[in-house]
Amino acid sequence: MTNMWETVIGLEIHVQLATNSKLFSSSSTNFGAEQNTQASVIDLAMPGVLPVLNKKAVEMAIMFGLSVDAKIAEKSIFARKNYFYPDLPKGYQISQYELPVVYDGKLSINVDGNEKVIGITRAHLEEDAGKSIHDLYDGQSAIDLNRAGTPLIEIVSEPDMRSAGEAVAYLKKIHSIVRCLGISDGNMEEGSFRCDANISLRKPGDKFGIRAEIKNINSFKFVESAINYEVDRQQEILESGGSVNQETRLYDPKKNETRPMRSKEEANDYRYFPDPDLLPVSISDDEISRIKQFLPELPDTKKERFINEYSIKIDDAEILSSSSELSDYFEQSIKTATSEIQLLANFILSEVIGLCNKNNIDISQAKVKPEDVAKLNNYIGDGKISMKQAKEILSEAWISSVPVDQIIASNNIEQISDPDLLTDVAKKLLEMHPKEVQDYRNGKDKLMGFFVGQIMKETQGKANPKVLNQVLIKLLKGV
Amino acid sequence: MAYKSVIEILTAIKNKDVSASELTSDYLNRIKDNDDDLNCFITVTEESAMRKAKEIDDEISKGIFKPLSGLPIAQKDIFCTKGVKTSCGSKMLDNFISPYDATVIEKLNNAGTIMLGKTNMDEFAMGSSNETSFYGPVKNPWNKDYVPGGSSGGSASAVAARISPCSTGTDTGGSIRQPASLCGICGLKPTYGRVSRFGMIAFASSLDQAGLFTTDALDAAVLLKEISGHDPKDSTSSDVDVPDYYDYCINNNKSTYTIGIPDEFTKDLNDEVKKSFFDSIKVLEKIGCKIKNIKLEHTGLGVSAYQVVAPAECSSNLSRFDGVRFGHRSKKASSLEELYRESRSEGFGKEVKRRILVGTYALSAGYYDAYYLKAQKVRNLIAQDFKNAFSEVDLILGPTTPDKAFKIGEKMNDPIAMYLSDVYTVSTNLAGLPAMSIPMGFKDKLPLGLQIIGNHFDEKNILKLCHLYQRETDWHVQEPND
Repeated sequence: MTNMWETVIGLEIHVQLATNSKLFSSSSTNFGAEQNTQASVIDLAMPGVLPVLNKKAVEMAIMFGLSVDAKIAEKSIFARKNYFYPDLPKGYQISQYELPVVYDGKLSINVDGNEKVIGITRAHLEEDAGKSIHDLYDGQSAIDLNRAGTPLIEIVSEPDMRSAGEAVAYLKKIHSIVRCLGISDGNMEEGSFRCDANISLRKPGDKFGIRAEIKNINSFKFVESAINYEVDRQQEILESGGSVNQETRLYDPKKNETRPMRSKEEANDYRYFPDPDLLPVSISDDEISRIKQFLPELPDTKKERFINEYSIKIDDAEILSSSSELSDYFEQSIKTATSEIQLLANFILSEVIGLCNKNNIDISQAKVKPEDVAKLNNYIGDGKISMKQAKEILSEAWISSVPVDQIIASNNIEQISDPDLLTDVAKKLLEMHPKEVQDYRNGKDKLMGFFVGQIMKETQGKANPKVLNQVLIKLLKGV
Repeated sequence: MAYKSVIEILTAIKNKDVSASELTSDYLNRIKDNDDDLNCFITVTEESAMRKAKEIDDEISKGIFKPLSGLPIAQKDIFCTKGVKTSCGSKMLDNFISPYDATVIEKLNNAGTIMLGKTNMDEFAMGSSNETSFYGPVKNPWNKDYVPGGSSGGSASAVAARISPCSTGTDTGGSIRQPASLCGICGLKPTYGRVSRFGMIAFASSLDQAGLFTTDALDAAVLLKEISGHDPKDSTSSDVDVPDYYDYCINNNKSTYTIGIPDEFTKDLNDEVKKSFFDSIKVLEKIGCKIKNIKLEHTGLGVSAYQVVAPAECSSNLSRFDGVRFGHRSKKASSLEELYRESRSEGFGKEVKRRILVGTYALSAGYYDAYYLKAQKVRNLIAQDFKNAFSEVDLILGPTTPDKAFKIGEKMNDPIAMYLSDVYTVSTNLAGLPAMSIPMGFKDKLPLGLQIIGNHFDEKNILKLCHLYQRETDWHVQEPND
């Protein structure tokens, strides 16, 4: 039955822009300040105040547009979206309606090795609302207007995604682009990056089905679960002969379900009209060229470069290029690397990222410098230390912040790779275990592990396993 | 103390014939003596006025003169004034003390003026008679049974009654020129964008413009220079250079103009208004002006377009008055929806509600194209008419209003009749043009106004022509109590 239905998903992503001040006032946009301390007369919508556009926000929107192959509108217009809510001081939100600053873009995503292009209908600038707090005072609601007027871009995709996996891949790609551009901190917990998902089902080839919109989802995981839940729900309705309501729903991560918020009939008539307080935004070709010049290298370009320049695996290149913090770390380590870069990439992706995740910090805050990570890999390559030792040194360096060379020196944990030295040790051991030697020679190959283990014990794990192996085989088989 | 004009006052101050304190106290006394009856002021700021006057006197004693040092002025209660009640003529803002100054207020304060108080007005500037004010109607000093016009009725009546030498106003569809006309004084509405709108409580943002009331055109020239110019806080304010208007009026040797008279402004006039108007034209012909009949084909649609655009914008602009952060909050409300409904029902008067409803309707899904968009198209046509006209003429003249002032109560139950008193003034707002009304005669002992419309940012030639006219006539020096 499942194959009968095709899932159709479109996403609207709200990205908070990392400007210092608000979209239409000079109030600070810092997160976490004391309530209502970052709200000026303009943010409070005092009688008589007027908005003045923050040009930096427009620049950031253009940067985004250029990064997704979009067109930049020569003239875009701010409109008023009218509705009443206590955290919306003016009684309208200033947004863009008919003429958005960015339109007609596209983005390619990679799901299970398959490339797919997702259309980006538009990206427009708008101001965020404040926050309503319902659990602070008994029987009363509180309003914090610190966030009111914070600039957002709303990125609207075409209904091009066909699975939760594609939706998450697209969302992650947008996330990495805005972070790479430095136009947003992308912090999902603080609400700097959140999305609405429009989901409908249809039989392949049919026109689009009736959609439900799930509002304000703020983690990649929730997006995936919310979409999957919604697909199951709609499928059940359709298969039992019912029809899906066009409505707005909320996702509850605790119960992993979506619940109706308001139906189409209850939807507001926003009475959009051009905001007479603001002039149309004109963007010249010169302006666009100027912005193009300082665009950073985008994740896709970086990925290609990593593959070509460092000959690393495509999947690893994808991950390493996905955030500028990670790619910076990687490229910084390469400067010191003498070993194979793929091995260095492996080590960073598994060991360093592992430690970061365990400690819940970003790679940019990793406790071990990229140079030191490169050194560890160099030493593995030279046979100076083993992989196991490298991991141990990394852990110690992580905790103590002591440079790896110092750890190696002070703990005398260099690997014994000298075949003569190891031959001496091995000879002594074999002499002590004539029975085992006999058994081995009679075909009990497993005993090799015993000999290795004993010698490792003897050398406190410093024996180079590769060299030791060769030495033992030579002694035992006389090759 | 009988100073006739702003210029006389500034001269007397400069010559130390009078101190700012004496002058201020004199005007405050005039307000005390007359305003119980006229009702021009919502708030009289006696204490701060006397304090400011003393500061100015101290400055003057140290030789510090600002362009308008010591000039008393009345401010329309639509301008936010820091620490002073700013009601906009509404119960909604009866408790509102503004935390900041409007740019116009700031500029006038910095130029050395002394605010006497805040003047009465139609609620949120919506009205043409000053009868929609929460604070009661203002009376016309020429005959107290008559309206002073609106919405800047308090400001106009105060200057006409000589209880303030000058005042500020705002004009969205005629709210400066119409009351100036009905009160027999000068009222100047500058080009849209000439004067900052920051801190001026918005009625219809694309039409609102701050301006001035004086008795003499030269006074307006002096004041306009001080309030004009680009304001970084108002994106729609213009950075076109601000000339020295007074100097231009006095020293520039341009003395003749080609004047256009639109048929549309004269064809329906009653005999007395028509006679006054054409007598005025004769005066201008006598000083060498050329007269040309012109057409403003679409101007007849002005009121209709205006009555869509202005309410539409107002319906959105007035959404912020929700009882949440400031202004009137109903005590009856027990839910959010009730808080909005009751606060707004109690806080707004009938005319304001009418316009919010009309505007909300005009912007609704399904009606937007038929009303708002169509009105914007009409607006473009009207602007185009003016553009064509200004390729042939320097200035356009007509009567400011179809008739003299009407009686208090006469049109209150007939909104359409009330709206039509703006018939000659709304088109210039729709086109963003500057215009001025000056006295041109009387009908039944009530003043009539002459409207002079100029091209964008050509206030200087409007002012100059008015000055030339006032050199030949004495309508503007006549006072209600003569």
